[in-house]
Amino acid sequence: MSRDSIGFTFLVSAALCVACSILVSGAAVGLRGRQELNKENERKKNILSVAGLIKPGESADIRQIYEERVKGIIVDLDSGKVVTDDKELFPNPAEYDQKAAIDNPKLSIEIKSSEDIAGIGRRENYSWVYLINDENGKLTQYVLPVRGKGLWSTMWGFIALETNLTTVAGLTFYEQGETPGLGGEVDNPKWKAQWAGKEVYNKEFEPDIEVIKGSVNPESSNAIHEVDGLSGATITSRGVTHLLDFWLGDLGFRPYLEDIREKEEKQ
Amino acid sequence: MNSRQKEVLTGPILNNNPIALQILGICSALAVTTKMETALVMSIAVTLVTACSNAAVASIRLQIPSSIRIIVQMTIIASLVILVDQFLKAFAFGISKQLSVFVGLIITNCIVMGRAEGFAMKNEPGISFLDGIGNGLGYSAILMLVAFFRELFGSGSLFGVQLLKLSRDGGWYEANGLMLLPPSAFFIIGFAIWALRSWKTDQLEEA
Repeated sequence: MSRDSIGFTFLVSAALCVACSILVSGAAVGLRGRQELNKENERKKNILSVAGLIKPGESADIRQIYEERVKGIIVDLDSGKVVTDDKELFPNPAEYDQKAAIDNPKLSIEIKSSEDIAGIGRRENYSWVYLINDENGKLTQYVLPVRGKGLWSTMWGFIALETNLTTVAGLTFYEQGETPGLGGEVDNPKWKAQWAGKEVYNKEFEPDIEVIKGSVNPESSNAIHEVDGLSGATITSRGVTHLLDFWLGDLGFRPYLEDIREKEEKQ
Repeated sequence: MNSRQKEVLTGPILNNNPIALQILGICSALAVTTKMETALVMSIAVTLVTACSNAAVASIRLQIPSSIRIIVQMTIIASLVILVDQFLKAFAFGISKQLSVFVGLIITNCIVMGRAEGFAMKNEPGISFLDGIGNGLGYSAILMLVAFFRELFGSGSLFGVQLLKLSRDGGWYEANGLMLLPPSAFFIIGFAIWALRSWKTDQLEEA
């Protein structure tokens, strides 16, 4: 059979396809376990770091600390109820993939553009909330996943609130594609550090937090609700304000947090 | 190592640099050079892919029907790139996150394809492998040079180690924001080409 005949051409392409697919699928299957572990570790690391349980650059046994100190629960964002134990909704809660739920019409809603201040388009109905305990098992922080549009990208992060549900313990963005050196500084530890101690709700328990232009005047009566803007990154800064407004508001975690407050008041 | 092997391996670094002389592979030279670490991993990935795809293409070059040779080369290159991507995700997760889509885009890097079509189709697998390594090194040299200037002047660090204390952290060095944006790589590559051609005048093109 000559090299350029039609039969040989088909033969070569078929053989090549088989060889290449074996190679590619072999690698994908063989390495999947490790890759999933990496992703899982990354998620746990982000939760621990926003809660201040590990310092950046410090090596620690992430899995062990996570097991001891963090408990994940699933919250119905509309009603504010914890649904982790609802066997009908979540026969196996550990497998709930929040990111996949966003694109699933059964598990998410479309947000009206007038209400979509965070620019996310769709919002999942159920969200993970991570409860952080101290060494003695006493609840110290709530870690809430948040996301919203900056200038170029959707920024994915976590905000940690103290048990008064108002004071910030930490904020971090683990995935963003903002301009390096300008908006990308949302990831700068120095900038993130100033969030600790800020208050995100006012007395009426309405979201009240703003990343302002320039630096916060410490004398100002509103300083506790304000954070320094990122210089040269007005739109990213505004994006952070808006995404917090959204996720702390009625479409976000406010029903859940109000629910906790009511229960605490009754006690 | 005979002189032909040496020429094939070291020629592309200065005399026949794929980026500086042939102006190939510019896209990723802009995209992954804000930090030396990502540039280094990208360099290694491209070098490995070029060498292996060259060797694979060369070893079946006598069987490849000429009517489908480009798509055969593409398939081999694409498979190797997926392999590299999978390995990075498994063993260098942090870096693979930073490189994101650009690992996948090695498939479209003209250097890989250019060497497969231009060299590996006419040569033995061994020498083709060396040619891939050589061109990968040429690519790496420019990438590392660009990343060196961009990281040093853009972030005041090298390989993540802070050398110039930034003014926003209370130091004296005002970071050059342009260096962190893709256009700065154009300037650096331009200067590098200028310097190289002033030194090796046979690389000058006739006006």
